[in-house]
Amino acid sequence: MTAVVARARAGLRFERWAPALLLGGAVGLYVGIALLTGQSQYLTPDNAVAILGRSIALGITAIGQTFAILVASIDLSVASLISASAVLASVVMNGEPRMILPAIVAVLALGALVGLVNGLIITKLEVNPLIATLGMALIIQGGLSAFVSNFAGAVPEAFLVFAYGAIAGVPLSLVFLLALAAVAGFVLRFTRFGSDIYSVGGNRDAARLAGLRTDRVVIGAHVVCSLCAAIAGLYLASRLRSGAPWIGSDGVYDLESIAVVVIGGTLLAGGRGGVWGTMGGVLIFSLIDATFNLAGVDAFAKQVLRGVVIVAAVAFYAVRSRRLVA
Amino acid sequence: MTDRAVPARRGRAFARINPVYVVLAALLVAIALNNPAFVEPTGYMNFVKRAAPLAILAAGQLFVIVSGGFDLSAGAVVTFVVVGASMLLGENPDGTWWVIALMYGAGLGVGLVNGAIVCYLRVPSLIATLGTMISLGGAAAMWSGGAPRGYLSDGFRWFGRANLGDIPVIGFLPVAVIVLGVVGAALGWLMHGANLGRLLHAVGDNPRAARLAGVPVNRVRITAFVISALSAVTAGVLLGGFAGVSTDVGAGFELQAITAAVLGGAQLLGGRGSVLATIAGALTLTAIFTLLNFLGLPQPVRQVVQGVILIAAVAVATYRRRSSGG
Amino acid sequence: MTRPSPGQGALVIEMAGVSKAFHGVMALRDVGFACHAGEVHALVGENGAGKSTLIKILSGAYRPDRGALRMAGRPIAFAHPLDALNAGVSVIHQEFSLLPERTVAQNVFLGREPTRRGVIDAAAMRAETARALDLLGAPLDPDARVGELAIAERQMVEIAKAISLDARVLVMDEPTAALNEHECAILYRTVETLAARGVAVVYITHRMREVSRLAARVTVLKDGEVAARFDTQPAPQTIVRAMVGRDIADFYAPPATPAEIGAVVLDVRGLATATLRDVGFELRAGEIVGFAGLQGAGRAALAMALYGEAAITAGSVSLDGAPVAFRSPRAAISGGLGLLPGDRKAEGLALMQSVRDNGMLGARAFARLLARRSTHAHAGATYIDALLDRMDVRAASYDQEIRFLSGGNQQKTILARWLALDPRVLIFIEPTRGVHVNAKAGIYRLMRDLARRGAAIMMISSDLPELIGAADRILVMRDGAIVAEFGHGAAEAAIMLAATGEREAAA
Repeated sequence: MTAVVARARAGLRFERWAPALLLGGAVGLYVGIALLTGQSQYLTPDNAVAILGRSIALGITAIGQTFAILVASIDLSVASLISASAVLASVVMNGEPRMILPAIVAVLALGALVGLVNGLIITKLEVNPLIATLGMALIIQGGLSAFVSNFAGAVPEAFLVFAYGAIAGVPLSLVFLLALAAVAGFVLRFTRFGSDIYSVGGNRDAARLAGLRTDRVVIGAHVVCSLCAAIAGLYLASRLRSGAPWIGSDGVYDLESIAVVVIGGTLLAGGRGGVWGTMGGVLIFSLIDATFNLAGVDAFAKQVLRGVVIVAAVAFYAVRSRRLVA
Repeated sequence: MTDRAVPARRGRAFARINPVYVVLAALLVAIALNNPAFVEPTGYMNFVKRAAPLAILAAGQLFVIVSGGFDLSAGAVVTFVVVGASMLLGENPDGTWWVIALMYGAGLGVGLVNGAIVCYLRVPSLIATLGTMISLGGAAAMWSGGAPRGYLSDGFRWFGRANLGDIPVIGFLPVAVIVLGVVGAALGWLMHGANLGRLLHAVGDNPRAARLAGVPVNRVRITAFVISALSAVTAGVLLGGFAGVSTDVGAGFELQAITAAVLGGAQLLGGRGSVLATIAGALTLTAIFTLLNFLGLPQPVRQVVQGVILIAAVAVATYRRRSSGG
Repeated sequence: MTRPSPGQGALVIEMAGVSKAFHGVMALRDVGFACHAGEVHALVGENGAGKSTLIKILSGAYRPDRGALRMAGRPIAFAHPLDALNAGVSVIHQEFSLLPERTVAQNVFLGREPTRRGVIDAAAMRAETARALDLLGAPLDPDARVGELAIAERQMVEIAKAISLDARVLVMDEPTAALNEHECAILYRTVETLAARGVAVVYITHRMREVSRLAARVTVLKDGEVAARFDTQPAPQTIVRAMVGRDIADFYAPPATPAEIGAVVLDVRGLATATLRDVGFELRAGEIVGFAGLQGAGRAALAMALYGEAAITAGSVSLDGAPVAFRSPRAAISGGLGLLPGDRKAEGLALMQSVRDNGMLGARAFARLLARRSTHAHAGATYIDALLDRMDVRAASYDQEIRFLSGGNQQKTILARWLALDPRVLIFIEPTRGVHVNAKAGIYRLMRDLARRGAAIMMISSDLPELIGAADRILVMRDGAIVAEFGHGAAEAAIMLAATGEREAAA
């Protein structure tokens, strides 16, 4: 009995410290490579901000994915939703500053709708979340490609502030990401909705028996997830000055967002974890990417290594469990 | 609750007919009505020939699905085979046989790696094979420098392209159709005639119970991933016969394969599936795409339809299962 | 020991003519049941008698097909567990519905956290939880993670939850299944306190001493129907007879005679794992050895360690005189072991596969992957069919999916799986859990037959009467060690005493 408890405690301790451990390792690797290759000019605070700045879209998406995974679901439709949102934003704006607000509203509405439909398919039709969101990804991507095949529309100068603006030398987008993370963290930690997400993700049957409307919680988590993906689409539209139907899948945002959530210590099975771990995961990924750049790894080799890193990162957690996985 | 066996319910016999055959027959009739030439050997043989790579890929994928997992790397294997073969054959046009042997070797390697990651590192197969997919895609791009310059020898293209003439009754027989027949029969025997198939079902249904019953769970699972990868190599060789060489020739193929398996009534997350019905599922999907072409709908609509089919098939399966007392 | 006399309090909850069927099988038939304020009403019955269905109807998890539910005389229908909670019905399930990752306070307020301006009022949650725990006399920290609490402590959290909900009806499903004597005593006092405060307590159990100690009224369920109802405390034998429906002599096969017991098959010495210490015993051919103990005493851990599923840190195991060290169940099976898991659905069956496939799984596991599915020397379909026939497995056809079979037939099918491999040692974990009472005798008989044919049998069960009746000797485990041994037909009280490690006599 006591041994079992001790083991559970040890497990908890490991998972609490693992993201920090990984982060330390990633920083160490980056610094090591920089020093080894004599590129110590990249070891400045400005460069640290630049490294983070490259992962804004991933960070925003991953915050949403954290909600989906915490509630013991998953969302594979984020990449295509990001593309659709970016295209929608840039088409609606079409270079007109006065259309910025309508475009934002339209994109958020699209995100909410996709999340709602995902959630409904998962809860009411009882379709496995992997398949439901994979199907949704196909639908969005197909629908999008039917209308546009290249960069479409344009983002007005004023909207470029989102990606390129700065407050006191800190990129506006980074401030936004941190603010979004803070809000998400607050919601998870201090609100009824957040509490419900942990409960439903931890044990859906128990939560139902305790009287929770579990379906609504799952749907809510999916709406949050899709909204975040939509915002990431807005950001990319601003960064690229236009939207194209491949920017989501090119960024592998579906898989990478899942990977950083898991690296951040959130259980893939749901019920444990949080947004700050996810932010740590994003940082780890950015650092690994930056390390590849420092080491001069070419783009294709980087893609090969990226697949390896994702699997290795998940394995780092998974290999400790005795549970059989499928 | 009683010890009497539950009596067989009315309508069981009807419920047992796999709906995919009915749907396929209806679609073929619809195609024939749209295009009378379809009932000629040239029409339907070319149809089966076009469907053969997908059918083989799906039949291989089914092994992983029945064992309780997914193999998302299958499409990347197809790409790797086409790109790799073109690189090798570009320099040695006479090397068809050893190139094919080499590709099967690579497929074996991919299957073993996938299986090992899932079984020994305990990474969920979805993430493991997505990781392999990314790495393999990167490897293909690295090898070809992003833009494959090689070409496929006629010898290599023979499998996917050639027709054997002077066959009584039907006039001619495409090699791809023969390959489909042989591979389908072999996989059908492995799944339904051999011990392997029963163990795959048991492992996918309840891995814990299978382990406690002495089933070599890891060996069975790894075998499934190897079969899937080898099927993907076969599909790649056939596809090389009529598709152009590009780094995205296999993209999205794995999702079509999963959709085909689901259409054929395979149970996602394991425990149930039929090779013949999966091949029928692949033919159904191809028939749907053919019909969409007749209707003059743009290519991307395929994706939308496929997404809807995927979700609907799983939802219907869930519903049928529940109403039959699941 | 203040037992309120029946009829004191007002009628709080009442079921009339309630029926519920699953896939054509009646789980409850025309059940009537009532509980008054301030009384403890015991609901007793064998496994599969319909107790859990009744609980799920009370808690709003199921809706009855027919019949009415009334609270304080007014008809009421629960569409969702939330409705039941709002109406004042709290259920403490046997598998706790607590979230191990969350704190005590978060669990107590699961789904109904107080908020101030949208923010959860953690201070109020903590205070109210502390108050409820105080009332129970349970010294728990509201901020402790539930996953780190002992089972008895988790039970207190469940009860605190009911108290803070101000429940008018509290349904407790075998609450003492995992408690030791001291913890039981605390629980009994808590139940009495709650009843004294006017709560109607529905207490589900199969332990007669709890019925005698606590209950004002007793309702006996059997085969989904009310078999008997007592408004005063009846003699325990009367209740047992109503539960089982016949005398329990002849229920168990006779124990082994000394001549039937052969050489030592399994010899375990000084075995230790993460949870076991210095476990030593031997199993002889022809013998059924029972393992008694509380949940978590180490019996299942011992089985898994022998079966190659847990790392052994010290000690030795020998099989037929040769030392063995199994690293996996597969290795253990090759060595001549077999195991029937306690949780059949989770660990024993491939539910979507046919009866025949489930029966053949063991033999197939050791056939070549590319062998034809049904021509293995030992596992031919005709062979397994004959085995299933001999064991009297009742199914519409052996091609039927096994999920449609009853618990007893499922268990026999798993047993057939092992018979095809001729094991030297068979480990049964809770062999009759979820098996209908009429099918239990068949399982005991099969176990005895196996022993007569030379197998050594390790029988782990939480059902003491069953252990006493079916086993030739009983080893008692506590805290990961074997602490006592009894012969066939030992007294239940003596075994309980050893299992709980309490000095004072059991009530």
